[in-house]
Amino acid sequence: MSIFIDKNTTVIVQGITGRDGSFHTRQMIEYGTRIVAGVTPGKGGQKFDAVPIFNTVAEAAKETGANTSVIYVPPMYAADAMMEAAAAGVTLIVAITEGVPVLDMTRVYPFVKERGARLLGPNCPGLISPGKSKVGIIPGRICTPGPVGVVSRSGTLTYEIVYQLTRAGIGQTTCVGIGGDPINGTNFIDCLTAFEQDPETKAVAMMGEIGGTDEQDAARFVKEHMSKPVVGFIAGQTAPPGRRMGHAGAIISGSAGTAAEKIQAFEDAGMGIARRPMDFVELMKARL
Amino acid sequence: MNIHEYQAKDILRGYGVPIPPGDVAATVDEAERIARRIGRTVVVKAQVHAGGRGKAGGVKLAKTPEETREVAGKILGMQIKGLTVEKVLVTDAADIASEAYVGIILDRASKKPVFMVSPAGGIDIEEVAAKTPEKIMRLPIDTRYGLMPFQAMELGFFLYPDATKARAAAKIMQQLYRAFMDNGASLAEINPLVVTPNGDVIALDAKMSIDDNELDRLPKVAALRDESAEEPSEVRARNASLTFIKLDGNVGCVVNGAGLAMATMDLVKYYGGEPANFLDIGGSSNPEKVVNALKIITADPNVKAILFNIFGGITRTDDVANGIVTATKQNPLKVPIVIRLTGTNEEIAVKILTENGFSAMTDMDEAVQRAVKLATGGTAA
Repeated sequence: MSIFIDKNTTVIVQGITGRDGSFHTRQMIEYGTRIVAGVTPGKGGQKFDAVPIFNTVAEAAKETGANTSVIYVPPMYAADAMMEAAAAGVTLIVAITEGVPVLDMTRVYPFVKERGARLLGPNCPGLISPGKSKVGIIPGRICTPGPVGVVSRSGTLTYEIVYQLTRAGIGQTTCVGIGGDPINGTNFIDCLTAFEQDPETKAVAMMGEIGGTDEQDAARFVKEHMSKPVVGFIAGQTAPPGRRMGHAGAIISGSAGTAAEKIQAFEDAGMGIARRPMDFVELMKARL
Repeated sequence: MNIHEYQAKDILRGYGVPIPPGDVAATVDEAERIARRIGRTVVVKAQVHAGGRGKAGGVKLAKTPEETREVAGKILGMQIKGLTVEKVLVTDAADIASEAYVGIILDRASKKPVFMVSPAGGIDIEEVAAKTPEKIMRLPIDTRYGLMPFQAMELGFFLYPDATKARAAAKIMQQLYRAFMDNGASLAEINPLVVTPNGDVIALDAKMSIDDNELDRLPKVAALRDESAEEPSEVRARNASLTFIKLDGNVGCVVNGAGLAMATMDLVKYYGGEPANFLDIGGSSNPEKVVNALKIITADPNVKAILFNIFGGITRTDDVANGIVTATKQNPLKVPIVIRLTGTNEEIAVKILTENGFSAMTDMDEAVQRAVKLATGGTAA
């Protein structure tokens, strides 16, 4: 098993003819993801490789029955694209786009939620269930099937840690990048809940960052609701307070959201703590 | 993006928020002229992107135009938290009967803008939250409906039991909310909102931060950026589409991705070094970006070693290798460099580097240890 996506996942690509959309569509198909439709307004009826293109998500969903959509449209159009997917009845929406205005997300989040869809991102690398399906941009070759669930707020740091696990022979059920923006659709607790329920996941690796209180909330959830071991890491211990470090979400404001606070929360929850990315390998081995 | 107090006040005035007269001055002559025009006691306030201006001596009263000139002379050019004061705001020093706090903050937890108001204003709102939380009212706003009139009145009555003042405050809440939304803010604050002895409700100080992601569609707001108030190397980096933050250490870091960049800095620290910067070259990096990144890092005299940490996903490691070769041909390096790259086109990248006399590593941990050793004067293994 895996969480959120598997072999039955059928995907619409919004922005399939764009630079990033077209590149990653081919990567996903090569990995074995079932890409059933693309959407580019004005190009309906054409094809991208063998994938039929539609003018609207509603049409694409109706014709193909796709249950998932992945979004590669430019930031100023991304909010509308997310809402379009939710309105079309897609149940998993993965927004890769970086740079979406946060105020846009204050409208998108309730809209998507009220329609019962799950939004992942924006500003995220997507997710991959090794050997089954990948939706987004996580490089397929760094992953391998196995018992560890991975959830992270960042992109390349996740790749680094997943790659180290893979090289050490520790595979993954699903790797999920929830994204670094202040308002995102899926948080750590959503992923931990799903991993706890997934029979094949035996342990979870969780990579957080400075800023906000999601990691502290997740730690409390681990303590109260998780039977499976969780190992955590926090990036940004050397970040100066109040500065933007690439991710809009990674701002330390006042006392809330420092690395020290988050690591303390992990300790209080009895989680394993990786001080360095490489520590995940030994900590996982000891827990599997 | 942070904007200055005088810019935030200009925006709020445009929405009708009552604000005492004042203007910004870059010279003592201008400051004196503004004070003469106001014709009453004024406050001279340093315009820098830093909190604690008052404590640092950057906010002072002046009774006459001559005194304004003298006070402005002291504040202009002063250093506050490492930033030079280039401008002062000269504004009417209103008489104060009571002070309140009004703010809107984009809140991650509720995923909404949240109004925070308190009748205990004029001081640090964090302090109020810690000591007397009952004196703060929080109200999350559904942006699909906006701030509704009854909500604005609830906020107004929380500040002032008197209906006239509550109504005046409610009107200001509406104006502040519209300014917040129209200008893509992540924070908008009036602290203090004051009642004058004759009962007027006015804003004495204002602060706004803008979500950087909004700037592409709000060119007028983007034009408010004051590059003179920022670290010059950070301005250069932004113009080259790099995310860069200068720090005080001696290991210059070039990384792709914000999370990996932070983790790399942390690892430098873990092995006893100090990072000289945060630098994210972003996802699809071309050689040109790497050339610019190296220019910015080598301009810092504190840097004693340079560390590249690249995990190629979208980023092609051969692009990075080509960038390093081009940059070092243009400007030969005076400090040692450690290059770690793995991922997309790794074999090509290693070949390019080796042919040009560089060695490449594949393990992040080893690369960081080596860079720290070189920066602290040791010799590389």
